[in-house]
Amino acid sequence: MITFTNQEGSRIVDMLILVIQENKQYLSDIDGAIGDGDHGINMNKGFTLCREALDKDPGDLSYSLNLLGRILMMKIGGAMGPLYGSFFRTFALSLEGKDEIGRDDFQAALSSSVGALQIISKASVGDKTMMDVLIPAKEAMDLAVKEDLAFGHAVDLMTEAARRGRDSTVNMEAKIGRSARLGTRSRGTMDAGAASCCLILETMASGIKELIRE
Amino acid sequence: MQKFINNPNQVVEDMLQGFIKAHPDLISGTGNERVVKYKDAPVKGKVGIVTGGGSGHKPAFIGYIGKNMVDAVAVGEIFTSPPAQMFYDAITEADSGEGVAILYGNYSGDNMNVAMAMEMAAEDGIMVQKVVANDDVPSAPATEAEKRRGVAGEILMWKAGGAKAAMGGGLDQVIAVAEKAITNTRSMGVGLSGCTIPEVGHPNFSVESGKMEVGIGHHGEPGIEITDLEPANKVARRMCDVILPDLPFTMGDDVVVLLSGLGSTPVMELYILFNEIEKILSDTGIRIHKSYVGNYFTSLEMAGATLSVMKLDEELKECIDYEADSTGLRQFQK
Repeated sequence: MITFTNQEGSRIVDMLILVIQENKQYLSDIDGAIGDGDHGINMNKGFTLCREALDKDPGDLSYSLNLLGRILMMKIGGAMGPLYGSFFRTFALSLEGKDEIGRDDFQAALSSSVGALQIISKASVGDKTMMDVLIPAKEAMDLAVKEDLAFGHAVDLMTEAARRGRDSTVNMEAKIGRSARLGTRSRGTMDAGAASCCLILETMASGIKELIRE
Repeated sequence: MQKFINNPNQVVEDMLQGFIKAHPDLISGTGNERVVKYKDAPVKGKVGIVTGGGSGHKPAFIGYIGKNMVDAVAVGEIFTSPPAQMFYDAITEADSGEGVAILYGNYSGDNMNVAMAMEMAAEDGIMVQKVVANDDVPSAPATEAEKRRGVAGEILMWKAGGAKAAMGGGLDQVIAVAEKAITNTRSMGVGLSGCTIPEVGHPNFSVESGKMEVGIGHHGEPGIEITDLEPANKVARRMCDVILPDLPFTMGDDVVVLLSGLGSTPVMELYILFNEIEKILSDTGIRIHKSYVGNYFTSLEMAGATLSVMKLDEELKECIDYEADSTGLRQFQK
């Protein structure tokens, strides 16, 4: 079975931090169209705080994800702090204690993280939120495991589902969160949470593919 | 960007340091640099009043910290809910053992972070209850009032809850009066320009010259309608036509009127609007018991105004008239 080690997996968190830092403006611009334009700023602030903490005190993938989750939850605020905080912490707890991480471990972690968010957030597919990315991505990953596809192939399918989910938010009317208050006027713009969520899953997938190639 | 700032990432920290230095007679910092409190908080024998929210709304929220008002505030990034830890720290700073009323506005981030903070406080044995303000009429229909935003009506909720706590009311009484204050309040904003979050560096939206955005939100959320800019009497009429039937306010009611600028509208224009609002209320047979006109709840440098009207009963009247001392609202006992 193809796996990567929890130790070398910390590189995925390095990549996540970098991708959020690089897309700070892009995410704020999307949010500015129908929200208040701070999504990229706040994500960047949280992920950068995590970078500083990891530089002082590095660790493996589950440690790094847990640290990221705790920082987002306790220090960032907004709606994204608790949501992403809970996502990454649940992800971390699911991987904790595993030396090697394979396809099924990743699928289980994604599945429990999405489950944790569904407890906090009432959003479902079609509400124009990050759940429009997460739920189909999780389902794609679940199906890939059921069909016993290779790890690399499975995360490719997850990425494709995430991108389709992200793009599907453009024509949706927001039902939950700040942009829901715009009613039909929220149509025509991508949801910023869906955009950041897609970046995160894409980056996890490309990180995994680099790790399993080596 | 025409702003007096240093590092755009540090505007909230820099502001708070200045605020604490400027008002040592009322305000003190706490162990959490993002939590500010009344210098005498926790006040012995009194229910603590806590609020919090994103920055950029001066004097809200910290300007309402003071005597017979708010005891501690959690200060978020601009237009962003403070995280749970800050709300929790504000609760502990305000708690004298009589419990804490957390009175804040209906935004998804604040709801999640307050819920987490309340759980943490409850684990520590602190009694804490909340009231969520939802006074902004254009943000959702009356049938979905639970989705409405909290806007400038929050000030009247803090005023009423703060007074009740100061009079010796227990936590249940403070919560009940704060709840009544916001249930009796309706608000609506009209925007004339957008605003710039310093770290973003460009306006979050724009209102074309000669137009106005009706029902604008306190964070630049687009309103329900963009129309041609109208004279003040028509704007006042439009606001009253939305607010008055929604409660409804009717002939014989005593009300508080709070007309707040959104940041860059001259106070002179607020009085021009108020003059028209007063005419409409008086023609309707609604009596203004007390008026607040000025920059009470802003959105950085947005141009525009929010009108809030609260229907009074004897208890609310007593709370509104109660002495208060904060940087944003100061009044003497009659």
